[in-house]
Amino acid sequence: MNFSLLSSEMLAAGLGTGLLILGLIAPKTENRRGFGYITAFGLLAVLVATFFQYGINQSTFHELWIVDDYSVFMKQVFIVAAILVVLSAVDFVETLPRFRGEFFALIVYALLGMMVMASANDLITIYVGLELMTITFFVLVAYQLGDGRSSEAGIKYLILGSVSSAVLLYGMSILYGLTGTTTIPEMLTKLTWSPILVVAIVMLIGGFGFKISLVPFHMWSPDIYEGAPTPITAFLAVASKAAGFAVMVRVFLLGLPLEGAVDWMLLISLLAGITMVIGNVVAIPQTNIKRMLAYSSVAQAGYMIAGLMSMDAPGVKGILFYSMIYVVANVGAFTVATLVRRALDTDTIADYAGLGQRQPLLASTLTICLLSLAGIPPLSGFVGKFYIFQAVMDKGILWPAFVGFVMSMISVYYYLNVALYMWRDDPKDDRPVPVPGPAKLVIVLSLVVTVVLGVYPGPLGELATMAAKSLF
Amino acid sequence: MNDMVFATAFYILAGITILSAVGVVFLKNIVHSAFLLALAFFGVAGIYVLLNAEFLAAVQLLVYGGAIAVLIAFGVMLIQRRDMSSSNPDAAWSPLGLGMAVMAMVVFIAAIVLTQFPVTNVAPEFSVEGLARLLLTDYVVAFEAAAVLLLAAMVGAIILAKGAKEA
Repeated sequence: MNFSLLSSEMLAAGLGTGLLILGLIAPKTENRRGFGYITAFGLLAVLVATFFQYGINQSTFHELWIVDDYSVFMKQVFIVAAILVVLSAVDFVETLPRFRGEFFALIVYALLGMMVMASANDLITIYVGLELMTITFFVLVAYQLGDGRSSEAGIKYLILGSVSSAVLLYGMSILYGLTGTTTIPEMLTKLTWSPILVVAIVMLIGGFGFKISLVPFHMWSPDIYEGAPTPITAFLAVASKAAGFAVMVRVFLLGLPLEGAVDWMLLISLLAGITMVIGNVVAIPQTNIKRMLAYSSVAQAGYMIAGLMSMDAPGVKGILFYSMIYVVANVGAFTVATLVRRALDTDTIADYAGLGQRQPLLASTLTICLLSLAGIPPLSGFVGKFYIFQAVMDKGILWPAFVGFVMSMISVYYYLNVALYMWRDDPKDDRPVPVPGPAKLVIVLSLVVTVVLGVYPGPLGELATMAAKSLF
Repeated sequence: MNDMVFATAFYILAGITILSAVGVVFLKNIVHSAFLLALAFFGVAGIYVLLNAEFLAAVQLLVYGGAIAVLIAFGVMLIQRRDMSSSNPDAAWSPLGLGMAVMAMVVFIAAIVLTQFPVTNVAPEFSVEGLARLLLTDYVVAFEAAAVLLLAAMVGAIILAKGAKEA
């Protein structure tokens, strides 16, 4: 037993619990801004600690827990997402009537669930981590108490999330019934073709597909993204989805054999194609920015899952690189949406008219982030898509690249539509949109990172390559 | 003889479980449904006993038969409506839902019947002590994560219940 492999999880658990205790002993009349900063600094410390875990590549507890470069990279994606979300939420939290400190504690607990998922090497641990993340999100989605839409989104997420968990759990229990083990590498050697394995794999794809909002399991995301508090929407869209990918890649690539068993790749590639098409096409008519970003995130899930089709290190590298890019660009876009919502009390895209004049920083960040999501060179989204589709094309599979390319072109339309409103139209009134300090940091960071990683992707690319190689 | 007893017990318990589960869905009075749900949990606990999983059966009785059944009964009593049709506005979709459910069931049963599951005749050696040792050694991460999960869920429940009252 090597408990040092749990160090980053222990730090995160300590941070969350410390925040809860601090919330109890801090005077009720004080504001809770400090909690946000403490959380951000604490998470920064955890992020630094994870850098020391690169190169360990060990498992413990009889292979039930694994710290390889892949899991460390994924944890860093989650932690970066959490830091950005916490900073962008500092001012939002002040508008809540009560329980402000607990908001940050719950974000840390959700992060802990994701970290457990990334390092879990057996189905039971994966499931518990997944539930820790999901149940915490049920609460966070409904956090805007007194707002009917937030409560509605919370209930919807509770019901749909529970159903998807049940489906996933049934699939996992069938796998256990077939192999007598829950450890992923052991499953690989013991699975052979059988009718019930087909059912199990369909159920696994359904359960994980819900988390990464793969079509046709994406129905929940627009409603819940729209109703949830915007920082939580950002966290749900980036970190929860990246966690789904982290587990899915590990379980499918390392746990489910293709030869002599069920050809799950057929189903995955089919769904990837449909997801790219549906996500982008349905995003076009959206008038609400959060719904538009929801469908765009469905489409992004399609691009990312296409990386699985290469079944090798370059494909996984593409997924890893793209997750990080996707986190930064999406959090940037959602933070702008949070600030506009706070100042103008609207999420309608038409109300973004003249944002270029009212607050050029917000308008330029939103434009850059959206263009990066569309995959326009030289922004980082282009590099991410390039890595993914290049890896797939190297394997001789050409159609995902074509579908991805055509759909990216279509996506430019609805992304640029927002930019058009912001820069072309005149504002309804000239009052500037205020940008508070911590949120400004998030915005500038996402702007800079999106541009810099597009021009100079080398270091992150090398890190992702190293992480991906540790899987094979 | 022993096999006979085992088979009879299994079919009786399975029958109780399935019939009460059917009752949960089809009975008009939701309080009756709640009590039948508890009965279904008891049936499952009985099947666990037959499978030599006595501890799991005890936990099933305590947690599902006790806590969850009571919780559901309370929930039903607190939110009960006079007219049941108003609690299900999507009733027009039920034929479609029934069709899907039957289709899924046929596929599942076919898949289960056609599959050769690996089975042994040796009953697994079981002890609560061994289970406890496993939980606190190999599965300690899942165990501790579940503890954090309970804490987060409790905090969340307080936030939502108390906050909604004040908001």
